[in-house]
Amino acid sequence: MDNPIIRIHDLKKSFGPLTVIDGLSFDVQRGEKLALIGPSGSGKTTILRMLMTLETISGGRIEVCGEPLYQMRRNGAEVPADEAHLHKMRRHIGMVFQHFNLFPHKSVLDNITLAPILTQGAKRAEAEKQARELLEMVGLADKAGSMPSQLSGGQKQRVAIARALALKPEIMLFDEVTSALDPELVEEVLEVMKRLADETDMTMLLVTHEMGFAREFADRVLFFDKGRICEQGTPEQIFTNPAQDRTRTFLRKIIAAGHRV
Amino acid sequence: MGDWAGYLVLILEGAWVTVRLTVMGCALALVVAFVAGLGRIAPWAPVRWLATAYIEFFRGTSIFVQLFWIYFVLPMTGVSLGAMEAGVLALGLNVGAYGAEVVRGAILAVPNDQREATVALNMTGWQRLRHVILPQALPLMLPTFGNNAIELLKATAVVSLISLADMTFQGQIVRSQTGNTIVPFLTILVLYFLMSLAIAGAIGWLERRVTRGLDGVR
Repeated sequence: MDNPIIRIHDLKKSFGPLTVIDGLSFDVQRGEKLALIGPSGSGKTTILRMLMTLETISGGRIEVCGEPLYQMRRNGAEVPADEAHLHKMRRHIGMVFQHFNLFPHKSVLDNITLAPILTQGAKRAEAEKQARELLEMVGLADKAGSMPSQLSGGQKQRVAIARALALKPEIMLFDEVTSALDPELVEEVLEVMKRLADETDMTMLLVTHEMGFAREFADRVLFFDKGRICEQGTPEQIFTNPAQDRTRTFLRKIIAAGHRV
Repeated sequence: MGDWAGYLVLILEGAWVTVRLTVMGCALALVVAFVAGLGRIAPWAPVRWLATAYIEFFRGTSIFVQLFWIYFVLPMTGVSLGAMEAGVLALGLNVGAYGAEVVRGAILAVPNDQREATVALNMTGWQRLRHVILPQALPLMLPTFGNNAIELLKATAVVSLISLADMTFQGQIVRSQTGNTIVPFLTILVLYFLMSLAIAGAIGWLERRVTRGLDGVR
């Protein structure tokens, strides 16, 4: 347990005068399933976005697979990472977005095969074979030729999961992946993710408001408030016996809003 | 009346010059629009400055003056161009400056979601542009490109000022030789209109092609 796949140390992020992440430190072990919960604006999505290099950091350090994400070594000195370094580091990480972000001009199959062909030099035939297997896995084998606009939200999100998996990342980030879905479509996406969690040793970080799912899915739950970890522990500890008042208040509000815990 | 057939041939010869100017001017404008439009959003500041300077200069001065510079002033620096080349260059650079803003605007109008997906899928900058951003930006550019092409067609008349025998120039010739104003000018009016209809039709066809499969998206 002393070789974490992600190591975050004294991380800071501000947008102008607004501090979103304030001296955050935590490690993620290889294969761990982590749920990040907390009120909106607590910085949990920002953490995923910084891991995916969609957002720059304002200070501190993130290490992924033993290597700093935003710094690199040049002539023995540590310098800010260039695009080539980020490109190399991104191979470890995949991400699924709240709004799916499928490419509307490409078929389901092409959405999945595009990146493997472009970034990993996969042959089209191999990439398509793999894409069909992934579609099978997410229960959409019959949708390979469809355009994204012909799919429901739940189907789009399952395609997006397949697309991210096609690059075989070691770490997967799920950013509120069911928040944009109609309630009756949430379950089909969660099922796919539960299966992934059970059947693979991928490291998974999940930002969610689905407390019931977080409880089932996660090895560890981090409760964020104001850019810091307010409390962390097993789902059991956090959901049934939270130590902090703020955690209790948050969970009460979530339950009042109709979410299952 | 037999003379009118000969005069019509004159005008049609001029029409052919106008068509060539339009096609070559549009081709140049298209290339320039993409180069300058992408230049304006390039990650390198000097490229952005250069693109901005070009766009502002060519939008901010009249095509008439630009054409005279290219045809009469440039030769003094040792670069001598034929009337046709000068005409194509002036039209292409002028309309390309407007087109560059269209390219930039369309690229920026593609939702940022799409760019973020390409980063998460670890595509390189060029791959992002080529496979994801441009295919979605192109349908946004086409209607305005159609406008620009028609503007360029109409601007070709300015080359008659450097004695290039385009349709307007030939119309003037016919008018001065026959003393009749209505017939030649009505003829070229109709011909200009037919050409612009052809451009509008071609753009419409292209629009339907590139938006195929995108229905329901926007």
